[in-house]
Amino acid sequence: MTVDMSQFYQVFFEEVAEHLNSMESLLLGLDVNAPSIDDLNAIFRAAHSIKGGAGTFGFNDMTSVTHVLETLLDKLRKEELALRSEMIDAFLEAGDVLKAQLDAHQNGGDVDEAIITAVCEKLEALSASQDTSAKPKKAKKKSQPAAATTAAICHHIEFTPDADAVLDNLFAELSNLGQLEIVENGADKSPPRWRLNLSSSASESELRETFAFFAQPDQVIFGPANLKLEEDDGYGFFTDVANPTEAANAAVEDEGFGFFTDIEPPPSEPAGFERSPGRRAADNPVADSVKMGRRDSDKVAVSPQSPDATTIRVNTDKVDLLINLVGELVITQAMLAQTSAHIDPVLHENLLNGMAQLERNTRDLQESVMSIRMMPISFVFSRFPRVVRDLASKLNKQIELKTVGEGTELDKGLIEKLADPLTHLVRNSLDHGIEMPDVRLAAGKDAKGTITLRAFHQGSNIVIEVSDNGAGLNRAKILSKAKERGLPVHDGMPDQEVWQLIFAPGFSTADVVTDVSGRGVGMDVVKRNIQEMGGQVEIRSESGHGSTIAIRLPLTLAILDGMSIAVGGQIFIIPLTFISESLQPRIEDIKSISGQGTVVQVRGAYLPLVALHKVFGIPKAISEPERGILVLLEADGKKVALFVDELVGQHQVVLKSLEANFRKVPHVSGATIMGDGRVAMILDVASLVRINQDLAMERQCA
Amino acid sequence: MQATQEALSSEAMANNEFLSFTLGKEEYGIDILKVQEIRGYDAVTVLANTPEFIKGVINLRGIIVPIVDMRIKFNLGNVTYDQLTVVIILNVAKRVVGMVVDGVSDVISLTSEQIKPAPEFGAALDTQYLMGLGTVDDRMLILVDIEKLMTSSDMELVAQAGA
Amino acid sequence: MAKTILAVDDSTSIRQMVSFTLKGAGYDVVEAVDGQDGLDKAKSKTINLVLTDQNMPKMDGLTLIKSLRGLPQYKTTPILMLTTEAGDDMKAKGKAAGATGLLVKPFDPQKLLDVVKKVIG
Repeated sequence: MTVDMSQFYQVFFEEVAEHLNSMESLLLGLDVNAPSIDDLNAIFRAAHSIKGGAGTFGFNDMTSVTHVLETLLDKLRKEELALRSEMIDAFLEAGDVLKAQLDAHQNGGDVDEAIITAVCEKLEALSASQDTSAKPKKAKKKSQPAAATTAAICHHIEFTPDADAVLDNLFAELSNLGQLEIVENGADKSPPRWRLNLSSSASESELRETFAFFAQPDQVIFGPANLKLEEDDGYGFFTDVANPTEAANAAVEDEGFGFFTDIEPPPSEPAGFERSPGRRAADNPVADSVKMGRRDSDKVAVSPQSPDATTIRVNTDKVDLLINLVGELVITQAMLAQTSAHIDPVLHENLLNGMAQLERNTRDLQESVMSIRMMPISFVFSRFPRVVRDLASKLNKQIELKTVGEGTELDKGLIEKLADPLTHLVRNSLDHGIEMPDVRLAAGKDAKGTITLRAFHQGSNIVIEVSDNGAGLNRAKILSKAKERGLPVHDGMPDQEVWQLIFAPGFSTADVVTDVSGRGVGMDVVKRNIQEMGGQVEIRSESGHGSTIAIRLPLTLAILDGMSIAVGGQIFIIPLTFISESLQPRIEDIKSISGQGTVVQVRGAYLPLVALHKVFGIPKAISEPERGILVLLEADGKKVALFVDELVGQHQVVLKSLEANFRKVPHVSGATIMGDGRVAMILDVASLVRINQDLAMERQCA
Repeated sequence: MQATQEALSSEAMANNEFLSFTLGKEEYGIDILKVQEIRGYDAVTVLANTPEFIKGVINLRGIIVPIVDMRIKFNLGNVTYDQLTVVIILNVAKRVVGMVVDGVSDVISLTSEQIKPAPEFGAALDTQYLMGLGTVDDRMLILVDIEKLMTSSDMELVAQAGA
Repeated sequence: MAKTILAVDDSTSIRQMVSFTLKGAGYDVVEAVDGQDGLDKAKSKTINLVLTDQNMPKMDGLTLIKSLRGLPQYKTTPILMLTTEAGDDMKAKGKAAGATGLLVKPFDPQKLLDVVKKVIG
């Protein structure tokens, strides 16, 4: 039977990725001067597992690299060599090579042979290195294992004693020579054949002398010499040479496996073994497989075993489908709720109670399903120790990385999209935030700078902050650069808005462009990425003390809390996170700036007024703001008053893709299906706040 | 002549079953395999700042589908929307879009002999979207490459590269 | 009645490969992710053959084999070790623990089937 191995590749690739990640984590956590043996063992096991799998599935390039890796790791964990930091560097490099090989197998492409060879040679050289300094320290420890491995052997002995042998004496003598275990009692056999295991440092000839009084020499057989192992293709049978029937079995021996004992013909159902009553599947195999549509063995693999919870690997497509279906359920439930909202509550009490129950059930189901996709943010944070280590050494800076709130959970899709922007922000902090050690010392700070990654939940959002205790943003420099580039700025701008300038495309105040950052290519991409995720970026900074960049993201991609508003009879949805308040303006608060637009005064501050009916060209809308409603929105540090006809209601909406079948519509971030089955657009607040921004500024400065 | 004959016998014509529909005075035919379903016209949500022929989007069993009105695109005069209005839901280039037409007739099989090259001028549609003219009995069908048309910049449904 | 094989290995991809191969040949397969899991599953089911990896977290292969041999119902059940090492030391340990035989990794599916067939038919 030929098995298509490629169906297992994907799982194998994921396993290797996990092993590589844990190896890297452990390596970065090793104390060069006193490495934990447990950690070394864990690293060894990870490399070993990769090797085993790679060999099984035929990825021999990875097998060779892991083999050299394993050899050195083995020496280290057995303390035959002392750990040096060059070795850690070499291990990290090997990990990178394996990652590259993995990527090549997974996505196509090649890995430069030269790099692979270089790493292997480095590891081999380190393996072969003599290590005199470590020996005296280890000498004491070493002696014991040495004694154990070279001296004691597990002897497997089979013998038929003489008729008059007093076996108690034999066993007593053997026990003096080592640890004796009686594997098979031959007393009630005919001929009385015994099997023993003896862990002893005594040699075979010494032991044979002991047996001499109790059995004929040819009736005493010693293992492991007995173990007839066919070495050729990697398996072996341990057979009893003495047993003639073995000859038949032995003749059939192939390659690559071995049996220690007689192989009996395939046994019938073992007698007297009762099935444990707990197994329902065993009792009703047919019923269960019909219900589940799968075989018993499938069901077994899935059912939870012990309180020590197991995990199941599930294809993300299945989870996404499940989430979509739950989303549809939410819509249907909303439709039913809307339809039943107007019926007589007294007459249809049961129905309405049922509807209330349905709403609770749907909401619980939704939360539960959403949580399946939730993963702790440590999955993103975990890469940063390495990034910081490499970068800090490249820039000759001393940096400590702290992480807070690693367990904070967010949607898997967001985790994948956060990696790049966060990396850029961290690199930025490292490069431009934290000063060189001498500069820091001169400023009375610790030579070592700190970068902190913090994650926490806030309402229905997750906030991720990148903070550093570096020099902080240079307000003057940013303003002058902005003026240079012709951006609309003035000296009285509040800090919050000045900081946001660094997100302008191509903006950079770096004096020197390093290959790490400074080209000004990154920050605008970061901001765009975050906005695409439905989030916002805020900056706080204090000159001389450091900066914090905070990313706020909605917790799920698929469902959001929204406020529905109406303009000219059309319904639009505003994501709740952007709404500060809503109010009915007084005519005296609304000021028109001729030829440019309108502003509204709210508690002393002037906000630009954006009339939605004008933005979307909606006919039959209310045209006087004082007759409509203003919804105050805030995004990216900018505020705006959105003028609409009326507020309709607040509810959860399921996000539907508009761009799957259409193109991007300006000022629209997505669509949803309302309770009545109609489509409603979700407003892109970040783009709306940019309309008429210059108006408010001028008003304030006047 | 030779070139167009070869073009006609390309894979595009391999499936020679066409759904015929009317727009104004003309009859058109499109590859039946691109047709997902045929519906009436209702509950369209308007999209802001879009050309007149893009009516908006509908909820098609949970998926949001844009609707274009070909009668407006072809300037066929006053259009009305009632119970008789027909929308052909198409599945082209992995997208689902709907187009409003005057009426749908039937599904016709055409052999390659029944298909002639389209004239260079005179049709309401740019010739790059035409696959040819089909004749059966005394009917003449203008055969349209509906996928090419719907994904073109003319229809403004799909963001064009570099736009 | 189909024979049931317990496959114990912490590597999911190898476990899946073994499981798929054996199921394709008509055996029922129960999977376990480490020695402890294997022991628990063996206690609650009837297993006709055990295939176990050596290098696993929580409980390694040799310990599993010894534990199984301590259970009355698994005193004589065939147990095969799947191991990357075929040196004398491992052989001796395996035999001492009570394994019926061993199969060296990496192995291919056909070899696995041949060996299994030899043992339980």
